[in-house]
Amino acid sequence: MGLKSFCLKKSLWVFHLAGASCNNCDIEILDVLTPRYDVERFGIKLVGSPRHADVILVSGSINQRDKPRLLEVYNQASKPVYVVAFGACGITGGIFAEGNTFAGPVDQIIPVDAYIPGCPPKPEAMISGLSKLMQTI
Amino acid sequence: MAETLFYFLIYPGLLFAGVVGGLLSWFDRKITAQVQFRKGPPLLQPFYDFLKLLLVKETLLPARGARMTFLIAPVLGLFGATAAAAFILLPLFNIHIGFEGDVMVIFYLLTIPSLTYILGALASGNPLASVGASREIKLIVSYELTFLLFFAAIILKADQAMRMSEIIQMQAQASPFIGSISGVLLLIVGVFCIQAKLGMVPFDIAEAETELSEGSFIEYSGTVYALVQFTKYIMLFILPALIVAFLMSGFHLEGIGILWAVLKVLAVVLLLTLIRNTNPRLRIKQAMRFFLIGMNALVIIAIVLTYLGL
Repeated sequence: MGLKSFCLKKSLWVFHLAGASCNNCDIEILDVLTPRYDVERFGIKLVGSPRHADVILVSGSINQRDKPRLLEVYNQASKPVYVVAFGACGITGGIFAEGNTFAGPVDQIIPVDAYIPGCPPKPEAMISGLSKLMQTI
Repeated sequence: MAETLFYFLIYPGLLFAGVVGGLLSWFDRKITAQVQFRKGPPLLQPFYDFLKLLLVKETLLPARGARMTFLIAPVLGLFGATAAAAFILLPLFNIHIGFEGDVMVIFYLLTIPSLTYILGALASGNPLASVGASREIKLIVSYELTFLLFFAAIILKADQAMRMSEIIQMQAQASPFIGSISGVLLLIVGVFCIQAKLGMVPFDIAEAETELSEGSFIEYSGTVYALVQFTKYIMLFILPALIVAFLMSGFHLEGIGILWAVLKVLAVVLLLTLIRNTNPRLRIKQAMRFFLIGMNALVIIAIVLTYLGL
């Protein structure tokens, strides 16, 4: 393991992109920053600009309107960037999968590196998913 | 020549100030975490962040915007911070080279990083960045007069001595300036000024993460953003060091004095961190009123008290 991948692993900056989500996943994402779970221990922090992001965390189902925005955020992020599909809607479409505006799960639009299932996923599940993502770097 | 370059680039200058500033940035984040009952990042976290940005990440240029200025601005900012670091830290570490300059040189050099942030933000062609830049300009307009009056008050307290080393010596012979009423007022003013210069929370109006998503720095990525981070680390060390030199009789680097020097800098950074953690972000109007009316009144009272010998 070289210096480069070690440093990348130790400081993953997360950009959170919410598709048409019901907001429950978004609240659970904020949960892992609280004193009980505190992912800043692993150097993870939320950033506001996709230019600074190492991980794009996509929650919620992606519909026709979200698709170009998701692609644009992915193209704007400075590479290497990892994509995490978060929650049932991000992975499969969840209950929206048969809706007429649904534009496909995240992994059919951009390459996805990790999946964190759940509706919403527990904070422990998210930490476990991110640590598995770190092991692949 | 080689010796001067060493002073500027390695020992008290660029490298040393950056490394110490990185550790102070960890201290700041750790104290923030402790205040919020969290565990906080590991000791080397600022260096992981810096190296990741420098070595791993790709640098993207904005499609619309002045690309050359966008790339050069952070480099100029780093130059400014390095020069300021050398002129503040050389007298503090009691190293004497040919040109020392007076404190006004330091005042001008400390403005350069903020100016380059504005330049880079305006060159990026991003609307959020230009809002950030305009806010940064307003912030500079409000705190710069107070900061200048703060320098004037220090010069007055030191019997019109303009050199950093003379100011430090004067405090070493008599008592530190902080031991008087005007000194305490100047500490309050100085701490708020450097808080605004560092862009820490009550005055993080220009980068406002939640509304402007990092404002001035929104378009920076990769190596160029690493330079911005490094400039910020340097500023986080030299501005508290400036307060220590002006009000707390500087460093005396022998024996137990080294411990005292470290504690003084940590105390100032702790003060900054606690202010940052107990205050919400101000609006630009409130920040301007705070500096132009409140802080200016305080520093003028301090100058009058100095005339009266208090």
